[in-house]
Amino acid sequence: MKRLLCCFLLLSCLGARAQSPDPITRFTLSNGFEVIVQPERRAPTAIHMLWVRVGSMDEVDGTSGVAHVLEHMMFKGTPSLPPGEFSRRVAALGGRENAFTARDYTGYYQQIPAERLKQVMQLEADRFANNQWADAEFVKEIEVVKEERRLRTEDNPRARLYETLSATTFLASPYRRPIVGWMNDLDAMTPDDARAFYRRWYVPANAVVVIAGDVDVAQVRQWAEQTYGAIASAPLPARKPRVEPPQDGIRRVDVKAQAEQAYVALAFKVPSLDVALLKDGDTGEGKADALALTVLAAVLDGYRGARLERVLTQGPDRVADSVGASNGLWGRGPQLFMLDGVPAKGKTAAQVESALRAQVTRVARDGVTASELARVKTQWVASEIYKLDSLFNQARALGSNWALGLPLDAGSRLVARLRDVTADQVQAVAKTYFGDDQLTVATLLPQPPDPNRKPRKAIGGGRH
Amino acid sequence: MTISRLSRRLFASLAALCLLPSAWAVIPIEHWTQANGVQVYLVQSHSLPMVDVQIDFDAGARRDPVGKVGLASVTAAMASHGIRASANGPALDENGLSEAWADLGASFGSSASSDRMGFSLRSLTYPDLLVKVVALAARQLGEPAFPADSWAREREQLNASIKESQTRPASIAAKAFASATYGDHPYGYQMTEASLAQIDVTDMRTMFGQMILACRAKVSVVGDVTRQQADALVNGLFAHVGGGGGAARCPAPDPIPEVAALHGPGNVQSIAFESAQAHVLIGQPGIRRNDPDFLALTVGNYVLGGGGFVSRLYAEVREKRGLSYSVYSYFAPALHAGAFTVGLQTRPDQAAQAIALSRDVVSRFVREGPTEQELQAAKSNLVGGFALRLDSNRKLLDNVANIAWNGLPLDYLDTWTRAVEAITVADVKAAFARVLRPETMVTVVVGGRDAGS
Repeated sequence: MKRLLCCFLLLSCLGARAQSPDPITRFTLSNGFEVIVQPERRAPTAIHMLWVRVGSMDEVDGTSGVAHVLEHMMFKGTPSLPPGEFSRRVAALGGRENAFTARDYTGYYQQIPAERLKQVMQLEADRFANNQWADAEFVKEIEVVKEERRLRTEDNPRARLYETLSATTFLASPYRRPIVGWMNDLDAMTPDDARAFYRRWYVPANAVVVIAGDVDVAQVRQWAEQTYGAIASAPLPARKPRVEPPQDGIRRVDVKAQAEQAYVALAFKVPSLDVALLKDGDTGEGKADALALTVLAAVLDGYRGARLERVLTQGPDRVADSVGASNGLWGRGPQLFMLDGVPAKGKTAAQVESALRAQVTRVARDGVTASELARVKTQWVASEIYKLDSLFNQARALGSNWALGLPLDAGSRLVARLRDVTADQVQAVAKTYFGDDQLTVATLLPQPPDPNRKPRKAIGGGRH
Repeated sequence: MTISRLSRRLFASLAALCLLPSAWAVIPIEHWTQANGVQVYLVQSHSLPMVDVQIDFDAGARRDPVGKVGLASVTAAMASHGIRASANGPALDENGLSEAWADLGASFGSSASSDRMGFSLRSLTYPDLLVKVVALAARQLGEPAFPADSWAREREQLNASIKESQTRPASIAAKAFASATYGDHPYGYQMTEASLAQIDVTDMRTMFGQMILACRAKVSVVGDVTRQQADALVNGLFAHVGGGGGAARCPAPDPIPEVAALHGPGNVQSIAFESAQAHVLIGQPGIRRNDPDFLALTVGNYVLGGGGFVSRLYAEVREKRGLSYSVYSYFAPALHAGAFTVGLQTRPDQAAQAIALSRDVVSRFVREGPTEQELQAAKSNLVGGFALRLDSNRKLLDNVANIAWNGLPLDYLDTWTRAVEAITVADVKAAFARVLRPETMVTVVVGGRDAGS
């Protein structure tokens, strides 16, 4: 009881002393380019991010991985910058840079002293509009991407399991393909595949510039008009919906890989968050289910010693060495509620699978406690303040919210809505979404290393 | 005084550095020693209602007993598995303790590196909340329970992950490299099932009681607290910790020998392994953190293999030949000579080519040093990007803890850019020539049936 009081104390404290950061400014240039500016004057630094609303989900069969390959090629120059020069310029400005490709979006960023902002805006606008390189650059870089796939996927048993799980869970949704691409598609990819993807998707109406840090909004607007605003507009290509059909029955898949420990992952198809709920608080029938699923995941696995860890990994009859639960919540494609676990010594993946599902069943039967509910809400509320310590994370949240079509302050709106979720709602979703028919289970069958076995033959042959 | 104001002054002063005979303290680190011997380092940062605290002790893995390798690491992990009953309050088991932290919206974790055992606290600073946070952290720091049943389980899980790591080429390579580089120095110790079998909770309690002493603690604080508040906070954290007799009555820990230099022709270890890539590590013992050439080596390594997408290794191995996704070099300066390491991963049939190329890049750099142009580019990035090292409480805390742990001057951050600017091509060349011996370096290759030959 004492702990509970403490918890409520924190929630009320935080309510009373809400943060009032500088307002977020959002505007659209005449060619359709959007700009988001978040002044934040704690240090004389800034972050500049370019987000394109295109990711691996916008690819088609045969050229999987091209969004990510293009991300690599964006460092290979423009008519005015030779290969590698972009990075040398950013480094000379004192900057740190990188880029990332996801299912839903692609992003490029530089962390810089605030006084260097204009220069990186010029560099990034140039590469967005004029990316250009010789075929020879592609021929080298595609080998780098294959090494990246070998590193992240081929030699990583659980990554291979998740690749297979996605390919089994989704039939029509492009989420079924790996972001890095199938190896054979990388083998077959041509320079023109990357160029075509670039021309099609890297248009002003499909991108946003996010700038956060010690910057002046009026000045940023002027520079944005001079740089990004000068790029010719182009029509945004139509997107096919490619909606995943309903799943009518459990799917199971095994993956054999060199490992010591088995592993099991369960993917349940669940609804995505309805954006209207964030915007106007419409909590009509079923509208809050995605929120309640997020609360359920937190009650199961949101803190050390939460239900899954306590029941599955502790005590004399423990079945697992580690466990997890998470809810997708939002994205451009269909979302999953995931459960996963590593069997303890002498236990099987099947026992872990059954124990994980039993915990969801327990919530469906008995509900969750008031203290559990308060605890996970306290953590979210506190994390809203902690996350302000990182400028990078703030900018990333703005870009991601834009790419997914969410309100820019979706994070704080989400926390406000999560605070309204009731124990009854959590119990109701535990009853609704965890049957067999919407479930896909992937099991890792560990194969001991055998120094005498011949290496696995690469599909599609070796180097081209 | 806020970070915002500090940093503006910092930047103004950086611009003026070359004109000013001496820079004033731009990141004021307040430092004092409490009566119990705790050394406190504080940077006030009032823009967010939160505080971060890092508490470090000379109780890292280098002090593991020979037969009980892993003791520091598991003791740090087990320190969060419950609090024993005392006059200060009832016992809390591991779940009760983690629930208590979750309910406070705060976190208190511990871990051990080679040198340090560290505890890190993050909390909001609302006064009535912070009182509870400090009271709980104080009990965890002073009265950990080390329950035997929980350790039995933790050990089983560690054993399983050790076995699992033996199926991963990166882990196998890292272990082989550490053994070959450090020999029998504690930096090369490997936690094994056999060494964990020798550790029980009594060892943890003994080790904790001997090493986690107020008089040996270095505490770094960054956040929304005044000096008085920070002093009270740290006092509170050490309310139940022993060794509070002050520095004069603090038992000195045993000295630990230095890492031995490598001699003779470079040891090449090819470990056959079924994997899509060969993992390559090349290196040797490097430098201690107090090496006078620390900065020259830091700047030089930026050119060689540290500088993101612009280093020589990146250009030769990745950009020009597409041999690896990741290729890098780094120094790991510590209380002893942590390793200089070059790393990459490539398709096994390309391993020999990538190794020969990387060794050549390193040898040439050691022989010739950087060009003037490369050195200027390195300085532009390091000096120009200096503020990026300090633009959050978390980053400031890392820097303050670094100063505290290594006994660096309190104005270290204020003078850092000037010190970098002063480095010359000759400094870098001389430092690399003194420290690195490419012909003696260890090469470890894991992957492919006939790795690296």
